[in-house]
Amino acid sequence: MQAKMVNLKINNISVSVPEGTTILEAARKAHIEIPTLCYLKDVSCVGSCRMCLVEATGARGLVAACVYPVSEGMEVRTNTEKCRQSRKMTLELILSKHKKKCLSCERNHNCELQKLSLGYSVDEDRFKGEDFVLPIDTSTPYVVRDNDKCINCMRCVAACRKQNVNAIGPIGRGFHVHIGSAFDMPLSESVCVGCGQCIVACPVGALSENSTIENVWKALSDPTKQVVFFTAPSVRATLGEAFDMPVGTNVEGKMVAAIRRLGPEHVFNMDVTADLTIMEEASELINRIKTGKPMPMFTSCCPAWIKFVEQRHPEMIPHLSSCKSPQQMFGALLKSYWCEKNGIDPKNLYVVSVIPCTAKKYECTREEMKDDVDAAITTRELARMIKTAGIKFAELPDEDFDNPFATATGGGTIFGATGGVMEAALRTAAHMLDGSFEVLDFFAVRGTSPIKEATYLVAGNTIRVAVASGLANAETIIEQIESGEKKYDFVEIMACPGGCVNGGGQPTLSDSVRNNVELKESRAKALYTSDTKNDLRRSSDSPVMDVIYNDYFGFPNSHKAHEILHTSYHADKRI
Amino acid sequence: MENCEACGTPEQAEKLKAVIEESKSTPGCLMHILQEAQGIYGFLPMSVQKTIAEGLGISLSEVYGVVTFYSQFSLKPKGKHRISVCLGTACYVKGSDKILSEIEKELGISCGECTADGLFSIDSCRCVGACGLAPVMMIGEEVYGKLTPESVKGILDKYRKEENV
Repeated sequence: MQAKMVNLKINNISVSVPEGTTILEAARKAHIEIPTLCYLKDVSCVGSCRMCLVEATGARGLVAACVYPVSEGMEVRTNTEKCRQSRKMTLELILSKHKKKCLSCERNHNCELQKLSLGYSVDEDRFKGEDFVLPIDTSTPYVVRDNDKCINCMRCVAACRKQNVNAIGPIGRGFHVHIGSAFDMPLSESVCVGCGQCIVACPVGALSENSTIENVWKALSDPTKQVVFFTAPSVRATLGEAFDMPVGTNVEGKMVAAIRRLGPEHVFNMDVTADLTIMEEASELINRIKTGKPMPMFTSCCPAWIKFVEQRHPEMIPHLSSCKSPQQMFGALLKSYWCEKNGIDPKNLYVVSVIPCTAKKYECTREEMKDDVDAAITTRELARMIKTAGIKFAELPDEDFDNPFATATGGGTIFGATGGVMEAALRTAAHMLDGSFEVLDFFAVRGTSPIKEATYLVAGNTIRVAVASGLANAETIIEQIESGEKKYDFVEIMACPGGCVNGGGQPTLSDSVRNNVELKESRAKALYTSDTKNDLRRSSDSPVMDVIYNDYFGFPNSHKAHEILHTSYHADKRI
Repeated sequence: MENCEACGTPEQAEKLKAVIEESKSTPGCLMHILQEAQGIYGFLPMSVQKTIAEGLGISLSEVYGVVTFYSQFSLKPKGKHRISVCLGTACYVKGSDKILSEIEKELGISCGECTADGLFSIDSCRCVGACGLAPVMMIGEEVYGKLTPESVKGILDKYRKEENV
């Protein structure tokens, strides 16, 4: 049934929108942006910050455009003196207790509060709020929380709730309200899984990753260290955003060129170990199918998902693939195979992984594999390093990754989007089971739907698969499996909605961009386009895999592969 | 008093479990359960909040957020005799702040705390509906009106005598 249309005027421009549309959404149709702070598309809509106040006929006083529905004949004014004065006062009140340490703030020049403060000519010292200093939480390797910069917009809380993790919430009341974990415990002791969705939701600098840039700079200038970088599949699809390029621009060539100019010995392609993960994971899946080990098997590339299972569903640990993630596999491969082959003492090799993720910062500190990767930096941190080094990103030529870890298949590339690991695994697993199976496109597992399901018949085996992104959807899948409602053989889970392209380490885009583009879809498209253009699409067809297995591991899931490329998990039940 | 986390009895645990079971299917039952739990334990330590979170299948952070929002909930243990000094408008203009200071001085603790022997705890409140008797305080369910700083010691001594302190 078609929704009833409502006609209204916004700043004298006529628009027609479906009934139930908010003023904010309707204004977009009239090409008018209404300022927001607490609103974030798909994440938070509570009408609490009062930035989006507008004049609307039929309403008493100013109304919050983000939650106020349009009505027939309504006339809205978004930029009157009354609106501007109200917004200015709101900003000045917010600033009365904001730590205005803007010069060195990670979000300087990319801060919603700063942008609005300039736009509304505020006096940031007009009101002097009560002075109370809250401790900065640096207890985790993934998120740093500086509550003195927090404006209590609750976007991080909404992001955490959307993930169904609920590690943080508002504490207290009135002027002293602040965001934190229960009992103000350090984040490291909470149920947080490190996905970082709170960071990309934050409009100011209250949340950031626990940066390890300084360690990387030090290693780069240490003559005894051989520094190698590798970049995760999705970084090429987002790094350009930090240099004002349109969302969805694939900057692989410039990214490699920029990192090379930072001065490491080599720049490698993490898609290679995404292929390696598929070789190991597909073999493990086939082995599980044949030996009747716990099914379904869950993917294990996402460290926030692993932490979620360990903390909330330890009973599911036997279902997790034992494969390390591509990041950890690469670190382990470099510190073993690469070092042995080139006569390098692993102590002198400094491995830097560039990832779209904050949980990967935690992953590389896990006791089981803490020697694999020395520093994991986010897309944001890489962008900052490039800018600091004075590298003119947009003007760089396109360059290629270094051999022998340059060539990867399209299967490795699509790891960065939800459904990508599943599709890559199916391409290889199906071929391993039936050499004549040539299907390469598994459309049913693509796209950003929260949960995707499909069934495939390969060499007499029925393989039932499911793909979920966003931990709330992962929770649904676990419930359905545990209740017996659903039966699957293989399940891919990515903690972040949409997968790594929407990871917690990706560039933080301003509200005016984020509220107006399909972020997940546009970024994922860059990866799938690259996959289609690649002559190699099935991980098992990669010539690099031939070399690695012939030279070193023998065959997938061999004893040596198990020693170096696989890991274990442990229960850590938390409430 | 720090050890109070562990001082819950099996009977208290049993009661709390029953309250959770009885109400958990009612939407918005958290407030009710917290009130009951505070009635059972006298305050809401972490262990109690964890039991409630687990029982309702919600996060500890959500429970803690509600507990810290409402002043009726306490994270600290309360005394056997709970003193509540009214700081509402009528009592305040009649000098109830001086009554509060006197009680704090007499007991050697601050508002919101509990004495080491567990006998008294002090809180402030806003209006108990006895403005005609201002300034007013309550000890347990008992209301004391027309207070003066000088009258405080005598009232507290009455309770001390009952306990042979």
